Amino acid sequence: MILEGKTGNWEIVCGLEIHCQIISKSKIFSSASTNFGCDANQNVSFVDVAMPGMLPTLNMECVNQAVKTGLGLRAQINKYSVFSRKNYFYADLPQGYQITQFEYPIVGEGIVSIDLEDGSTKDIRIERMHIEQDTGKSLHDMSPTKSFIDFNRAGVGLMEIVTRPDFSSSEEAGAFLKKLRSILRYLGTCDGNMDEGSMRCDASVSVRKVGETGFRPRAEIKNVNSVKFVMQAIDAEAKRQIEVYENGEEFEQETRQFDPVSGQTKFMRKKEFAHDYRYFPEPDLPPLVLSDEYIEEIKNQLPELPDAKKARFIETMGLTKYDAMVICENKETAEFFEKAANGHDGKKVANWLMGDFFAMLNRKNLTIDNSPVSAENLGKLVDLIEKNIISGKIAKDVFEIMSETGEDPEKIVEEKGLKQVTDTSAIEAIVDMVIANNLDNVTAFRNGKTNLKGWFVGQVIKESKGKANPQIVNELLDKKL
Amino acid sequence: MADITKLTIAQTLDCLKNKEFTSTELTQAYIKSMEDNRDLNAYVLETPETALQQAKISDEKYANGTNRTLEGIPLGIKDLFCTKDIRTTACSHMLDSFIPQYESTVTSKLFNDGAVCLGKLNMDEFAMGGSNENSYFGPVINPWHKERKLVAGGSSGGSAAAVSANICAAATGTDTGGSIRQPAAFCGVTGIKPTYGRCSRYGIMAFASSLDQAGPIAKDVRDCAILLNSMAGYDTKDSTSVNIPVPDFEKALGSSVKGLKIGIPAEYRPQGLNDEIASYWDKGIEILKQAGAEIVNISLPHTKYALAAYYIIAPAEASSNLSRYDGLRYGLRVNGNSIDDMYTNSRSAGFGKEVKRRIMVGTYVLSAGYYDAYYIKAQKVRRLIKNDFNNAFEKCDVILTPTSPVTAFPIGDKSMQENPINMWLNDIFTVSVNLAGLPGMSLPVGLSKDGLPLGLQLIGKPFDEETIFKTAYVLEQEAKFERLK
Repeated sequence: MILEGKTGNWEIVCGLEIHCQIISKSKIFSSASTNFGCDANQNVSFVDVAMPGMLPTLNMECVNQAVKTGLGLRAQINKYSVFSRKNYFYADLPQGYQITQFEYPIVGEGIVSIDLEDGSTKDIRIERMHIEQDTGKSLHDMSPTKSFIDFNRAGVGLMEIVTRPDFSSSEEAGAFLKKLRSILRYLGTCDGNMDEGSMRCDASVSVRKVGETGFRPRAEIKNVNSVKFVMQAIDAEAKRQIEVYENGEEFEQETRQFDPVSGQTKFMRKKEFAHDYRYFPEPDLPPLVLSDEYIEEIKNQLPELPDAKKARFIETMGLTKYDAMVICENKETAEFFEKAANGHDGKKVANWLMGDFFAMLNRKNLTIDNSPVSAENLGKLVDLIEKNIISGKIAKDVFEIMSETGEDPEKIVEEKGLKQVTDTSAIEAIVDMVIANNLDNVTAFRNGKTNLKGWFVGQVIKESKGKANPQIVNELLDKKL
Repeated sequence: MADITKLTIAQTLDCLKNKEFTSTELTQAYIKSMEDNRDLNAYVLETPETALQQAKISDEKYANGTNRTLEGIPLGIKDLFCTKDIRTTACSHMLDSFIPQYESTVTSKLFNDGAVCLGKLNMDEFAMGGSNENSYFGPVINPWHKERKLVAGGSSGGSAAAVSANICAAATGTDTGGSIRQPAAFCGVTGIKPTYGRCSRYGIMAFASSLDQAGPIAKDVRDCAILLNSMAGYDTKDSTSVNIPVPDFEKALGSSVKGLKIGIPAEYRPQGLNDEIASYWDKGIEILKQAGAEIVNISLPHTKYALAAYYIIAPAEASSNLSRYDGLRYGLRVNGNSIDDMYTNSRSAGFGKEVKRRIMVGTYVLSAGYYDAYYIKAQKVRRLIKNDFNNAFEKCDVILTPTSPVTAFPIGDKSMQENPINMWLNDIFTVSVNLAGLPGMSLPVGLSKDGLPLGLQLIGKPFDEETIFKTAYVLEQEAKFERLK
C-alpha cells in the first residue's frame, strides 16, 4: 500500500510478534493447573513462585502443542532446542528470570498464506517460534497504596511466533492475525482470544520511501489486544513516522504503546533504555531433543487445516473462493457446513449458511455450537427447495419456524401443508380466476404492456398462498394471456 | 559404655541391631554432644525434639524388626537442604526466618531410610566460600585445635566440623567447587561429591545449577558409601538427575586394586606446592603401588584455566539463581518508596559481602558485550577441561591428587580477607572436578607437622564412584589416619 506524503510516496514495513498461550492441562514447567477464572493464587505450585530449591520440569504436553503449531505454520521443527534464562526483575516474575528459548528455538522458518480483500493471497514468512513461560499479573487497582500479584498465570506455557517484516499494510497484518488465530484454533493449541489475553501481539513498524531497499529504524508497539487495534496502531504509527521524517526530524528505534481511546501510539522508551536481559542457557533443563518418529507421530495427528479445507470445498463442493474463505475461517463453521452439505448442493447450502443462517445467529446472539437449526436440518431445507417441494419464499418461512423450534423442515412443511402445488389443473384454476378478475390488465398486457406478466405471476402465487410452482404458473400464463 | 558418638555408622548400626543401646540413647548422646560443642558453631539450628521423635520410631522399628537401612542414625543437615517445617536459611540473613513447606529429595530419602535429624549445619552463605567465614551466623571453628581458632573449610564447614567432632554420625554436604572435599580435608573426615546427576538437586537451594551436587561427609569411607546408597537416585523433579541404576557402593569396599591404573596429573604438582602435602601425596601413591595398582603419569593440560572458568560460570549462574530473593514473596523484606527501592534495600541488607561480590561478577560476565568474552569462553574452557579428563581416563581408571594446597588456616586470615582471589585459589585442585561433572572424594591421610589434617582426592570416571570407593578404602586401611577422639 502506498502512502502519499508531502515529499513523495511512502510504504509500510511491518513485522509481528505474537504471544500465544498454549492450551494444556498444566503449566509448562510445573504441575499446577492452567485453569482460569479461579480465585487469585489458587493455581500456584512451589515452582511457580520460585521457592528456594525448586526446579522446573518440562511438560511434554506443551512441547506436543508447540510442534503441532510449528507444523501448522508449515515450519521447520528443530530436533534440538535449548531453554534459556531471560533475566530481569519484576514483581510478577517470581524467579527473576523467564525461562524461554533464545538461540535455539523449537520451531524455525515457516509460511502462513493470508487472504486479502481483493481475493488474492500472500505468503507471510515466519522467522521462528519458541516456547516460554508466562508471567503473573500485577493488580494495581485494588488499593491506593499497594499492588497485589496473582500468580495463577505465572508459568503457563506460551508460544512466541515471530514473523519476517513482510506486511506492507495494516490490512495484511489484520488478515495474518485472523489466519493465525484460525490455524491455532483448528489445531487446538491456543484459543486465540486476544481480548482475554491468550493471544497478544507486538507490532514492529517502520516506513520507507517507495523504491528504498534498506530498513529505517522501527517502533515496537507493545501488547496490542485486538486485531482492529493492531491495524489502527500500524496505520497511526506509519502516519506519525512519515510526519516525523517530512518535518526533517530523525527517528530512532523506540518502544511505544497503543492507546485505544485516542487511536494513537504513545512513547514508552528509547532503545538505549532497553533491558540487558543477560540471556544464558538454562542450567536446570537439558536441551530438548526430538526424534523423527516423534515429529512424524504428531504430524499424523494434525487435523485438516483451513487452507486445505478451503481448497477441498472449492474443488469438490462447488464453493467460490470467497465462500470457502468465510466458511473455513472458523473450524466449527466449516464442520457445520460440511455436515449440512453432506448429500446436498454445497453452493446452495453455503448461500443459506452465509445468508439467513448467519443473520439468524447474529440476531439471536448465538454461536454456531448452540444454533437451534442443526446442520442436518439446514441440509434438508435446501433439499426441499431443490426438489421443488417448497419454493424459496416458503423456505424462508420454514427457516423462521426452524430457528424458533429447532424442528425438522420436512415435518414443518408436512404439518403446515406448505408443499408446493405442482398439479397443473389446480394451478390452472387459479390462473383462470386471476385472469377473469383482472380483465383490464389482460387487455393492457395484450396491447403491449408485457411487463405485467410478473404481476400476474405474483397474483397467482399469492392466491396459492405461495405454494404454486412458479415455473408451471409461468407456462400457464404464457398460454392463456 | 564408651562414647557411642565416636562409632562409625556401620558400627552404630550393628550395635543398634544387637540392642547394645537404643536409638533414643544414641540420639541423646549426640544431643549432649551438640550442647557440649556449641563453641564450635557447627549447628545453626538444633532440632532435638524432632530427633527424639524420630529416634522413638526407630526404636519401635528395631523392636518389631522393620528397621530400615539407616534406622536411628543421627545426621546433621547442611542448611542448604530444605527441610519441611524446619527453618532453612542457607546461612543468609535473607532467609533467616524461612521455613520450607517441602522437603528436599536427598533429605527425604535419608529420613525415609530411618535417619534422625539432629539439626541444621552451618555453611558459607548460599554455599559461597571456602572457609565458612561467610555465614550470617559466624564462622565454624575447626575442632582439631579449638584454641587456635582455625577455619573448618567451606562451604560445608559445619558438616565437616560436626562429623569430625562427633556431633553427628554423619552429615549432608553440597559441593559446587570443592565444598564437600575441602572442609572434609581440613577437618580430617571423608566426603564424596558424586557424579553430577547422581543425586537430585530438588529442594537444595541453588548456587550454580550446572555444578551443584549433594554428597555425604562421614567418619570414614564405608560410612560415605552407606549414606550415598540412600542419597543417590534419579528424581523426576530434577531434570538434570540421571536415570541410571545406583549400585551398592558398600560392595565395592575391600576389593583389590591390583592392576588398577592410578593417574597422577603433573599439573597438580605446581612449583611451590607445600612439601608436606606433596609428601603425603607421594605416600598415597606408594600405598597404592604396594597394593598392586599401576601408577600412570597423566596430563590435564587445561588445569591452569579451571579456576578462571569456574569463577565465571559459578557466579553467572548464581547471579541468576539468587534473583528470586527479592523480598517479595518470602525472606527478608526492607521496604522502600518504590518496588526498585524495595529490591535494593532488601538485597543490600539480606546478602553478605561475598554473595554480593559473586552476584556482581556474575551479572557482569553475562552482560551484553561481555558475554562472549567471559561466559562463552569459560564454557569453551569447561569443554576442554572435560576433554582433558576424557583423554586421561583412557590411560587410567582413577586419579589421585591432593584435595587442597593448604591446611586449615586461621579465621580472619589477613591475606585472604584483603584479597578474595587468595581465598579462591584454595579451590585450585577441586573446581575442575565440578566443571567436568565427575565424582571426587577427599579422605584424610595424615597430619601436618603442626597437627592439622591433610586430605587426598580421588577423581573417578562419570558414574564410577565404585572405583573411587574401592581405591579410597585401600588408602584408608593403609594410611591409618586417626580420627579426632
